[in-house]
Amino acid sequence: MMLTRFLFEKIDRAGWIFLVLLGLAAVLVPVLNLAVPPGSAFHVSNTAVGLWGKYMTYALLALAVDLVWGYCGILSLGHGAFFALGGYAMGMYLMRQIGPRGVYSHPTLPDFMVFLNWKELPFTWWGFSSFPYAMLMVGLVPGILAFVFGWFAFRSRVTGVYLSIITQALTYALMLAFFRNDMGFGGNNGLTDFKDILGFNIQSQTTRAVLFSLSVLALMAGYLVARAIVTSKAGKILIAVRDAEARTRFLGYRVENYKLFVWTVSAVMAGIAGALYVPQVGIINPSEFSPANSIETIVWVAVGGRGTLVGAALGAGVVNFAKSWFTGAFPQGWLFALGGLFVFVTLFLPKGIVGTFTEWWRTRAAKREPPASAAAEQPAQ
Amino acid sequence: MLIDPMDMHVPTEAVQAIERPLVVTQSLLYLDGVSVSFDGFRAINNLSLVIAPGEMRAIIGPNGAGKTTMMDIITGKTKPDTGDVIFDGQIDLTQLDETAIANLGIGRKFQKPTVFESHTVEDNVEMAVKADRTVFGTLFSRHSAEIWKRVDEILGIVRLGDHRRRMAGDLSHGQKQWLEIGMLLAQDPKLLLVDEPAAGMTDVETGATADLLKDIAKTHSVVVVEHDMGFIRELGVKVTCLHEGSVLSEGTLDKVSADERVIEVYLGR
Repeated sequence: MMLTRFLFEKIDRAGWIFLVLLGLAAVLVPVLNLAVPPGSAFHVSNTAVGLWGKYMTYALLALAVDLVWGYCGILSLGHGAFFALGGYAMGMYLMRQIGPRGVYSHPTLPDFMVFLNWKELPFTWWGFSSFPYAMLMVGLVPGILAFVFGWFAFRSRVTGVYLSIITQALTYALMLAFFRNDMGFGGNNGLTDFKDILGFNIQSQTTRAVLFSLSVLALMAGYLVARAIVTSKAGKILIAVRDAEARTRFLGYRVENYKLFVWTVSAVMAGIAGALYVPQVGIINPSEFSPANSIETIVWVAVGGRGTLVGAALGAGVVNFAKSWFTGAFPQGWLFALGGLFVFVTLFLPKGIVGTFTEWWRTRAAKREPPASAAAEQPAQ
Repeated sequence: MLIDPMDMHVPTEAVQAIERPLVVTQSLLYLDGVSVSFDGFRAINNLSLVIAPGEMRAIIGPNGAGKTTMMDIITGKTKPDTGDVIFDGQIDLTQLDETAIANLGIGRKFQKPTVFESHTVEDNVEMAVKADRTVFGTLFSRHSAEIWKRVDEILGIVRLGDHRRRMAGDLSHGQKQWLEIGMLLAQDPKLLLVDEPAAGMTDVETGATADLLKDIAKTHSVVVVEHDMGFIRELGVKVTCLHEGSVLSEGTLDKVSADERVIEVYLGR
């Protein structure tokens, strides 16, 4: 089939390893969590499932950032906004699922609206009791915001650090807006106390294991889409835009359209990641829009390896794993460690973990068998 | 003797062009009364220039004469304050942006060789070959034997066939210049604007570049900006000398280099 070929044709070895490992995780982790008794050495704890499920959504967010930053040179310091918007869309669905089981037992209004003495559901909430509609909004809201933002920014040729600052302002403005009670999204408390998703209890371990697997599958799908884009001819143009934007324009390519396309795709991916994040952590509030979150995402991508896709996902896992460990062991030290890590990577591993490893591997292979590696290169396609 | 730009004579072709619109429609590129200022500095001052279809023209002039700014205006990077820039008889280039102008058939080589350094040589050329330039066109484009045949041809012409798999960033300066000329050719433009193609080249490379451009000029119109007078002599084409944003002298190289004012401001005594 066309689509299968489009998605799977250009996967390299690292990509296959990545996909196989994720595939195994998607199947094995729930089994080891649910079917293996807690005493066994093979048991995966409930905490671990929740934690790694969260990391998978972070990895998808990192992948989205790498798509625009690593391949098109757009340093977004506001991708957390798209992540949070996807999260809010999911959160609104989950709020509507609570129904009359809220503290105030109102049949339709979520608790915070009753508390604010609101009489009816604002139009922004209409339709969110429907799962398909909510899922549509998960992609559509970040997608449309990104499209409109990108339309103006890329057409006016805002680039480099100026664009980064505007993206930062975007997420900050959204944070301030969502903090306001009269926005109707729960103000600073956000949305929480979720009960169930599609009728399944959100607290039950089975649901959580399924959410974990879905997050892994979403990450795999995100990787396939991103990989297909960057290895297509359009992907070559994206890299061309990153390296020599003016040249690309003089070759007759509409640079702004390429940027807009990849920017919007990336925002939708970030939105999906946010939607999977919220049911696993059980809350979404305006702090998800905080500029610091978006900057942290940049650190994940830089640590893992910008422009490698796999590296971005890996970086998200590694840095967040370190964060979980650190905040447990040295609660005050994490921000210093994160800053130190960023400085270390910038100075000593400018290509990140995966980039550095790939380079080392290539040099080694070339040293060992120079003629073979030259012969291995196929003649013109 | 200092020269007042306002005393400058408008080139005779341009005068004729204004008087007889027929000439306008026949010229490939027609600049008339073009001026542009940056922060009060007049980079281009009432410039008029006509390039005929199939013509190769060399542009010389001291630094700051407005050679590169002129190319910026033709390719849509800079909008002139006043004046007409007409391509192919009727298309007003001042209303279009770089992409639209490139797709009309004006290719440009930058002063500093600009290629896509993290792409291979052949990918650089492939991206330049005339084909669907839309996002979805390139996203779903399949391998095209036709395009790659053209890539092979171009790589042959610019003598980079042996380097096709190398990263463009690893090429020597001269090779990058050629790759960029190859990318221009791949676009199959009606008009090529070539900014200092021989800069930083050895004598042998310079000679080869002159031959390459002469070859290209058989089937395309070419405007070459160069400082290297030996190179221009090898091209053997009509020369325009710019100074302070306008045409100072125009004609054969012998005529221009004998012009007192050209000697004064550019060639030196």
